[in-house]
Amino acid sequence: MQAFLDVFDIYLLEAVINGILLGGVLALLALGLNLIFGVIDVTWICYAELVMIGMYAMYFLVQVYGVSYFVAAPLTIVLVALLGAALHYLVIAPLLTAPPINQLLATGGVLFVLQSFATVAFGIDFRNLGIRLPVLAFGDMNFSYARLLSFLAALVGMVAVYLFMTRTFTGTAIRAISQDRQIMALMGVDTRRIYLITSALGGALAGLAACLLVLQYDVHPFVGLSFGPITFLICVLGGLGNFIGGFIAAFVFAEIISLGGLFSDLEWGYVLAFAFFIVMMFIRPAGLLARRR
Amino acid sequence: MMGQGRLAAWGIGLAALVALPFLYRDPYHLHILVLILIWSFAYTSWSMMGRFGLVSLGHGGFMGIGAYVTALLWNHLGWSPWIGIPVSMVAAGALALIVGYPCFRFRITGHYFVLVTLALSGIVLQVITATRDYTGGSLGYTPNRTSGNKLLALQFDDKTTWYLIALGVWLFGIVVWHWVDRSMARYALEAISEDEDAAAAAGVDVTAEKLKITLLSALMTALAGAIYCQYQMFITPDTVSGIAVSLQMVFAAIVGGLFVSLGPTFGAVITILLAETLRIGFGTKAVGWDNLVYGVLLVLFIIFLPKGILGSVLDRLKPQRKVPRAHEQEAVQVARPGT
Repeated sequence: MQAFLDVFDIYLLEAVINGILLGGVLALLALGLNLIFGVIDVTWICYAELVMIGMYAMYFLVQVYGVSYFVAAPLTIVLVALLGAALHYLVIAPLLTAPPINQLLATGGVLFVLQSFATVAFGIDFRNLGIRLPVLAFGDMNFSYARLLSFLAALVGMVAVYLFMTRTFTGTAIRAISQDRQIMALMGVDTRRIYLITSALGGALAGLAACLLVLQYDVHPFVGLSFGPITFLICVLGGLGNFIGGFIAAFVFAEIISLGGLFSDLEWGYVLAFAFFIVMMFIRPAGLLARRR
Repeated sequence: MMGQGRLAAWGIGLAALVALPFLYRDPYHLHILVLILIWSFAYTSWSMMGRFGLVSLGHGGFMGIGAYVTALLWNHLGWSPWIGIPVSMVAAGALALIVGYPCFRFRITGHYFVLVTLALSGIVLQVITATRDYTGGSLGYTPNRTSGNKLLALQFDDKTTWYLIALGVWLFGIVVWHWVDRSMARYALEAISEDEDAAAAAGVDVTAEKLKITLLSALMTALAGAIYCQYQMFITPDTVSGIAVSLQMVFAAIVGGLFVSLGPTFGAVITILLAETLRIGFGTKAVGWDNLVYGVLLVLFIIFLPKGILGSVLDRLKPQRKVPRAHEQEAVQVARPGT
């Protein structure tokens, strides 16, 4: 019995730590989505598909053209950032005055476009980088370097965004716009430029997430569906546009998925996370950190 | 009441639709027609709440419950779909109430509501996939063929029967749409979608009205899922559930036009014919091209024709007679009762 308990605790600890590591990347994704929502007041339903395109970019750069991972990563980030800016310029900008639901659905259409584009261009095979990072053994617990690396890179990315938002003029303008859309235009800030920069920044975060996710998961045209919904849940749970709420919610969700997966299949981890989400809707409908009205 | 001319047009149209399978028996075309009718019913069910600004991406979940619960009860417990379908509808309705109540009670609207319902279709998809020992997971599921009474098992081999069933279900959807359109609930819901506070102040029970329409919409969507399952005799989580199905419903309703009774039907005709034409046109070699064109068209639609095709056309035909309501910012209501 004692032996059983020891083993159990080790696994539990491992799951907890793995959950934290998973939370890093989820928090990164949630940050990008929250940024777009907070500033432009638009939800990119196709956000996870941008990540998918980024993962393909990494695959082709590293596997097909033989570029080193650390050269490919910045290229991918720039590419997805451009994609984000293009998405805003082509789809969102013409719809800025339309009802919010039309903007949301237009990005839903982009989701179809990106998925089928990937199917047409890359086929439906599962592909991976072929980089197998070693597993780090710590006591009886095993952690993959890929997860550790992703976690650290995600943290660095988030700190970089934080510094950009607080220390630069553009970042200050972005934060100001998210507080009051109308007044900022009167203050001489070019709203369109800020929107474009924000979209590019959101894209860049998706690109960074892609570079990290491609280390752990195979890429295929529908890979976005496996972490897209969870990202939306995190954003809603944290309060849409609330950066800190999203950050906390990402770790809460990651822990639920990781611990749920420990006791059963990974899917049940997701189901538990969804169920938790529904319960939280009763308790804190406006997000984890929201004050009750 | 409906004008005589309108009523006559409906009567003639219906008679033509009923007569069609007896005059024209090409199985492929009948198959497409059945699919169009079933999906039209699903899209109409979605638009019941969609037209009041309650945009749900959770209807893939209700449809999945309708299809899977019916099939599971038949295969595992031997319950006839005549019992299974009501049970599945009750299950979908219960889920709609569980999710809907906190949403409406705590005033979750707009983006929030869309994302919460998105989570709902996600959860149903994951549950179906996770319980793969019973549901076959992502590989799909087939209701057992009956050896006994076909009527009892609701399994028919000929397309004509299915065509008539689908036609009946579709007609039921249109009738319910008109029933809601003429009810007091419609005015209450329109008031709510314009301004919840003002509606509440005017004595509208916001939560109850929203819950009622959501429940109705969910029940009908589950029925659509069950009928689809009985017709196709093969379901996978991706074809009856999940986000793709939910988005597909919203798109078709938008393309056709939300605020006219035949709008969703028109959307189903266009999207299904488009998808089929593209699929056949590009052949099996070019997998994905059809969806690519489809997606681009949808985005263009939303940018340039937000009223939907039928809505826009009717808009052209009739001079605008009233000020557009706030919740229809783009789309002017054109089908009005009493005209």
